[in-house]
Amino acid sequence: MGMTISEKIIAAAANIDHAKAGDIHMVSIDRMMSNDGTTHLTIDMYNSMLKNPAIADKSKLVFIIDHNMPADSPKTAAAHKKIRDFAKTHEIAFYEGKGVCHQIMMEEYVRSGELIFGADSHTCTYGALGAFGTGVGNTDFLYAMVTGRSWVLVPETLLFHLSGSFREGVYPRDLILTIIGDIGAGGASYKTMEFTGSGAHAMSIGHRMALTNMAVEAGAKTGIFEPDEKAVEYLSAHGRQAKHLFKSDKNARYEKEYFYDLGKIEPVVARPDNIDDVVNVESVKDVKIDQAFIGSCNSGRIEDLRIAAEILKGQRIADHVRLLISPASNSVYQKALEEGLMGIFIDAGAMVVNSNCSVCWGSCQGVIGEGEVLISTGTRNFKGRAGHKESKVYLGSAATVAASAMAGKIVRAV
Amino acid sequence: MVIKGKIWILGDNIDTDIIIPTEYLAMKRIEEMKKYAFSPLRPELAELIAPGDIIVAGRNFGCGSSREQAPEIIKELKIGCVIAKSFARIFYRNAINNGLLLIEHSLIPDLISEGEYIAAVIGEYIEYKEAKYDLAPLPPNLMEIIEAGGLVAAMKNKNI
Repeated sequence: MGMTISEKIIAAAANIDHAKAGDIHMVSIDRMMSNDGTTHLTIDMYNSMLKNPAIADKSKLVFIIDHNMPADSPKTAAAHKKIRDFAKTHEIAFYEGKGVCHQIMMEEYVRSGELIFGADSHTCTYGALGAFGTGVGNTDFLYAMVTGRSWVLVPETLLFHLSGSFREGVYPRDLILTIIGDIGAGGASYKTMEFTGSGAHAMSIGHRMALTNMAVEAGAKTGIFEPDEKAVEYLSAHGRQAKHLFKSDKNARYEKEYFYDLGKIEPVVARPDNIDDVVNVESVKDVKIDQAFIGSCNSGRIEDLRIAAEILKGQRIADHVRLLISPASNSVYQKALEEGLMGIFIDAGAMVVNSNCSVCWGSCQGVIGEGEVLISTGTRNFKGRAGHKESKVYLGSAATVAASAMAGKIVRAV
Repeated sequence: MVIKGKIWILGDNIDTDIIIPTEYLAMKRIEEMKKYAFSPLRPELAELIAPGDIIVAGRNFGCGSSREQAPEIIKELKIGCVIAKSFARIFYRNAINNGLLLIEHSLIPDLISEGEYIAAVIGEYIEYKEAKYDLAPLPPNLMEIIEAGGLVAAMKNKNI
């Protein structure tokens, strides 16, 4: 029996010839990322709960402060200081104020074929480069940090064949929301979502990230693309090389296969408060909004900012709407500046904020109040995710968010 | 291992922002956070839960963020175990790593009523209103972690 990409990566990390779905293996972890969501807790456990604390390989660790960046209270400042000091003492790669952790990892570290743990659910993003990234809690992270290893259950794989090309005004963000609406919030639980076909290969790495990033919203362990020439080019442009260029074997076993014609995808939104309550934008048109957000590890990349700028150029957002824009990293920010996008946003009445988790995290900036409605390119629309528990979050593409900010209500961009 | 307790029912897709909303994560101690557990959905629930009670939920319990405060807070409320049709995978690992017992069962969540009592004999069966329902054992590597009281305790047992 052949192997899927996921099975090959896990077999390599377990140093065995063959792995199959359902097996449990001890693996070596190639890279471990932790952010300010939980790193302070991991440090407390490391310092106070172990008999003989020691880090297996500090060169594999990356700490990133991005969730409450810059600090919004003395409490967060204290947590940040703990992380900063620990990173310095133990010579761990450390970033703060540089962008959202997954964007930084993609720009600086991820290599095709690696098995990566992140103490953040959206670590599944790294599959855009053909790496197996998966989210873990801080206890799992601690174990991996001190032993260099962990156990994994080899996942079943769902294969998504993507063909054709998007029509005008439709984006990969609409596709992944459509897929999650079809298979449900637990539709890929414990599994890999693998994307293949001409439609997959045509996507930029940035757009692939919009798909793999949300795999966890369908319950998946990871989302992954076969690393192709675009992945190799991306790595080389960022000064890196693949670890392995694994492809799924022709006789690999898939639990289920799905077929999507990209030409048939419509602009959609996920309605509050469930990620799989996905409907055509038309069916919620005229829902009044108070705030709009473009950013996050899902859709805060240069591709998204270009889409938004095209719509907002020479236009103004509605008087009663706040539009916040947070580029996913400082390098995205810099590129947007060079391309003149920031001027367009400011002229349109948007607030451009620093690169961080921002409104999507619902804690450090752009929090919404009771009864307010947000439309967002963020990752989640859970009840209270962006602020007050009686507020509402709609998720859509950068185009839908930009057009809605102008109209003051939810509308289709095209 | 036998767990017996009073049932509290929650629905499908109980996410980590419902288990503990982001705004309370900055609190220093889990003990302070615990009264806000499930507050977006049922603000009264955390006060009503008594040690040994059992949460029964539908599909995809614990979906969303990797925040480990979610299982920690359920442990802090001294919930005996969570029974659900399915669990989100990060939550599943986090719960086991914190010594919180989870039981995946496709039938039970549709059969029970809130306030009734239920018993689970781990690896053998669940008993509800004098009927018994089969219960598959957990993989041995996970049972080892639960029995140690969590992954950190299991690490200490190995002198880490």
